[in-house]
Order: sequence, then C-alpha cells, then structure tokens
Amino acid sequence: MSSKVTRISNWIDYRLPIISMMKHELNEYPTPKNLNYWWNFGSLAGIVLMVMIISGIFLAMHYDPNTKNAFDSVEHIMRDVNGGWFLRYLHMNGASMFFIVVYIHIFRGMYYGSYKYPRELLWILGVVILLLMMATAFMGYVLPWGQMSFWGATVITNLFSAFPFGDSIVEWLWGGYSVDNPTLNRFFALHYLFPFLIVGVVFLHLIALHQHGSNNPLGIDRKEPRDSIPFHPYYTVKDLFGLGIFAFIWAFFIFFAPNFFGEPDNYIEADPLVTPPHIVPEWYFLPFYAILRSIPHKVAGVLAMVGAIFVLFFLPWLDTCKVRSAKFRPIYKKLFWLFVVNCFVLGFVGAHSPDEVFYYLGGMSNQELGQITTILYFAFFIIAVPLLGMFEKTTPLPASISEPVNRGGDRRKKSRQEAAA
Amino acid sequence: MTKATAPGKTITRRNFLTLTAGAVGAIGTAKLIWPFINSMNPSADVLAQSTTDVDLSPIAEGQGITVIWRGKPIFIRHRTKQEIAEAERTPMADLLDPQPDSDRVKKGKDQWLVLIGICTHLGCIPTGQAPNSNRGKYDGWYCPCHGSLYDTSGRVRRGPAPTNLVVPPYVFTDGSNIRIGVEEETTNV
Repeated sequence: MSSKVTRISNWIDYRLPIISMMKHELNEYPTPKNLNYWWNFGSLAGIVLMVMIISGIFLAMHYDPNTKNAFDSVEHIMRDVNGGWFLRYLHMNGASMFFIVVYIHIFRGMYYGSYKYPRELLWILGVVILLLMMATAFMGYVLPWGQMSFWGATVITNLFSAFPFGDSIVEWLWGGYSVDNPTLNRFFALHYLFPFLIVGVVFLHLIALHQHGSNNPLGIDRKEPRDSIPFHPYYTVKDLFGLGIFAFIWAFFIFFAPNFFGEPDNYIEADPLVTPPHIVPEWYFLPFYAILRSIPHKVAGVLAMVGAIFVLFFLPWLDTCKVRSAKFRPIYKKLFWLFVVNCFVLGFVGAHSPDEVFYYLGGMSNQELGQITTILYFAFFIIAVPLLGMFEKTTPLPASISEPVNRGGDRRKKSRQEAAA
Repeated sequence: MTKATAPGKTITRRNFLTLTAGAVGAIGTAKLIWPFINSMNPSADVLAQSTTDVDLSPIAEGQGITVIWRGKPIFIRHRTKQEIAEAERTPMADLLDPQPDSDRVKKGKDQWLVLIGICTHLGCIPTGQAPNSNRGKYDGWYCPCHGSLYDTSGRVRRGPAPTNLVVPPYVFTDGSNIRIGVEEETTNV
C-alpha cells in the first residue's frame, strides 16, 4: 500500500517537483534552535490571510455592492444567511486580528534587528505587505456602507487632494463628484483583488526569508550544525500551539464581543449630508490618523502620515549598528520600548477629538499631545537610531547560538568527564 | 547600411528596427492602458447632473438651507445685517485665505451666501446649518472632523483647512431664484 503511494508520489515528483520542494522547504529547511514565541507571528499572519480570503469569498456570495442595497445586504447576511453572522464576525474581527499579529511581527523585527544585512529586502517586502493590507482594510471597511464607511472613505480619498492636480485625482478615484455608487463598486472589486496581491508578495517574502533563514533572539548567524533544527516537526508544532491560543482569542471576540473593535455609527446607513460629530478610523489606523491631524497644514499633514510608514523602508540603512538583537544593545532596548509606548499614545490621540484638554497632563490639549508624540515618532527613526548606530556601546555577543543554550549541558558533560577521569 | 559613430560602436539595421519597434510597442501599450484608467473617471450620467434651481423666497432672515448639486451639499444662508457687518468688518490680516466678503456674494444681494458645504481640508460637512448646531467661534461653520472654523462669509479662520469654503458658480434667474452650476455669462441656456 505505502509502496504504491510512494510510487505515485515519485511519478508526480519526477514531472512536477512539488513534493521534493515541500520537503526541502519544511523538512530540510534549517531553523535556528533558539526561536522564541515572538517568532510565531509570521505563520499566524499567513493563516489569518488564508482565513480572511476564504471567509471573504463566502461573504461576497451574499453581499451587494450597490449604494441602495449594500447596507441592507450586510444585515441580510447577519439575519437571514445560514451562519452569515459567523462569517461576517469572523471576517470583521479577522481584520483586527490580522493587524494585531502583523504589528507584533513588525515590532519583533525591530527589537531583534531582523531588518539588518542580509535581510533588508525581506523587511522591505514586509512593509509592502503592510501597505497593501492597509489599502485592503480601508476599502473593506467602506463596503458595509455605514456612516463611518462613507465618511472614512471621504476623508481618506480627500488626502489625495493635497497633491498637484489633486481634485482631478480625487474625482478619478470616486468616479464622480463625491463618494457614491461608482466608488463603492470599484472598492468592492479592488477589495477582492488586493488579498491575492498580498499572497503574491507573501511568496516573495518567504523566498527572501528562506534564502538566509530566520533571524533569532540572539541576532547572530548560525555557525555549526547543532545551531539548527529542521522546521518540521519542531516549529510546525510550536506554531500550532501558538495558533491554538490565538484562535482562542479570536473566537472570544467573535462569540462574546463581536463589535468590540467597531464603531456604533457604522450601524447607521451612510448619509452624504450628515457628517458624524466624531469621525474615527478603525483602531489600527489611529496612530497614523493622529499624525495627520497633529499638523495644522494640509499637505504637510498628509506627507507626515505617509512618511510615518515610508520611513520603515529606510530603517535597514538608518540603523548602522552591526549588532542585531536589542539583547546586546542596552540603550536601544530602552528606546525601543519607549517607541512602543509612544505608538500607543499616538493611538490614544487619534481616538480623541483634537479639542480635548487633559487636565491630568497639566492642561495639555490633545492637539499638543499629538504634536509631541509625532515628533517623538520621527525622532526615533531619524535621530535616535542613526546616533545609536554610531555611539552605542554594545555588550559582548555569544560565540554561537549553541553556546548560551548549551552552557549548562556542556558544563555537566565536562564535570562528568572529569569525574570519570 | 552600417555606419561608424564611435570607435568600436556601429549602428546596425537591427538596432534601428529594435528601437523603432520598441517605441511603437511602448506607445501602443500606453494607448491601450488609457481606456482602463479613463473608465474610472466620472461617467456621462454623473457629468449630466449639471444644474440645480433653488427658490430663495421661503428662507427667513438668519435661516440656512442645504440643497444638493452634483451630489454635493450646497449651503445657502440668508444672513442677518449683523452677520454681514461682521464679515465686512473683518480685517484682511486676520484671514488665512484673504478675500473680501464682497467677492463672495452677488452685488446687491449680499444677504445671500451660497457655498459648497464641504470642508476644504478633507471633505467633511461642517455643522452650523441648523439654528441650534455648533457654528464655532466665528458664527459661521464648524468642521467636526478636524476642528476647522469658518466665519459668516464662509472664510476659513482656523486650520487645518487651507482655503475658504468654495462659492459655486450660480446666477440669479430673477429676484428670488438662483440656478447653481452656471456662470453669469451663460444665463438661461
């Protein structure tokens, strides 16, 4: 029986070498043996992408991308379609889960210096994926045609009016004089297309990853055979365990707090004549929205917001420090965590009205808090990181991955040998 | 057919054919892409929504109404004498986008202010049309999205909006009727 299977798989593999390729990329693919749980998030992101595509295809079978029917068709999915509520809540919360996973994945890369030589292109492809994800998520949020969908779309498409020939560009994006039926139609078409573009870039991301292999918490290269273990079964099992916990959290939101990440205003159908008193984007855009609003100049605000993401493209060259992992960079490690905190404060600023005043911050207005945190955001990349590359005193690196891991074992072996002698 | 240009370099018939074929191919591709891009521009039926007629007589002094022109909200406000005086009194130096009030209304009809009700920052609809809504510090309009303020002439007084609310093209067809979407010269087409 098994020899028959082997014969068939050999027959296929001789003509179409997918089986040996899988074997090469999974079984033989050498992985550093010291990866911690922060390395789970790459595979989690891939799994979320697949779940989003599948749930999205099934939602598209019931959704109607016409301004007259879009809002009602989403309610039809929620109330009439068998299990429609589950598909929609899975997809809707999946967007938030995707960004949580990807943001952790990016912070992981920043902490352990995964963007450094020779993984610069791997990092850049990751930033491209982030940009595509943002575009996809933005267009997806417009589809339910609620108040936040409509006004979010209006505000974001109007960002392009800051550029030369802006008005013509915006009318071209809309296919009219305002966000309307042509806009909804094309956003649906593109929201369906973009995830497949993401899959394409993910493949390039994986090719670049497998060229030099994963970075690791020590940030040093693998030197000897005992530094590596095969990806399968060691990391497939570890990733599956992480997936179990992650799926548990995702399911919690789907079943117990499905609208936790959403805005109540989006359950009001879009009205082109009434702007909601307080427009907020989805939580994953809040830090960038805060940067946009903090600058009281239209073009400069738009450029700062775009720059906040584009600066990531240059990170591999802004950081000249040869040591990858923050474990051996005492100052960078502290600044990294301050940067993370600063990103959360930016998110807080984005969620509140610009006129709000915080008395517990000495009467500082939300606008001023946003300006300070925006400056800190850029200062991290443009001032702190390059200066640290020049002046930071790093602590000594271990000789190999196995050295710190096996130190105890080596010592025991030595003492046993001595006892035997 | 070959001709020497620089030492060791010659232009052959093949170079010429490659270049011309490549150029024709590039132009052809560009012309083929254009219909795809242009298909996303406003279609004929959208472009056809050109004018909107409004009867101003029912609008009481101090009242404002919102009408739709080309899918955009148009603010029409019947200004009080105090509001007109406020707009005319404002020194140009206080304005972010200086423009006298007289340039924003029709001559002799300065009680009527007609504006495209879209914030020039990122396209939100400012509040200030209903009598009880927030009109901001300058008695005009307040944009809830990013906090821009407009005065009683629709001029921006506090950013982030870069320019004044836009005055659409319109004409008085008679004493109390206006047609939005046409300029003075093309009256009653």
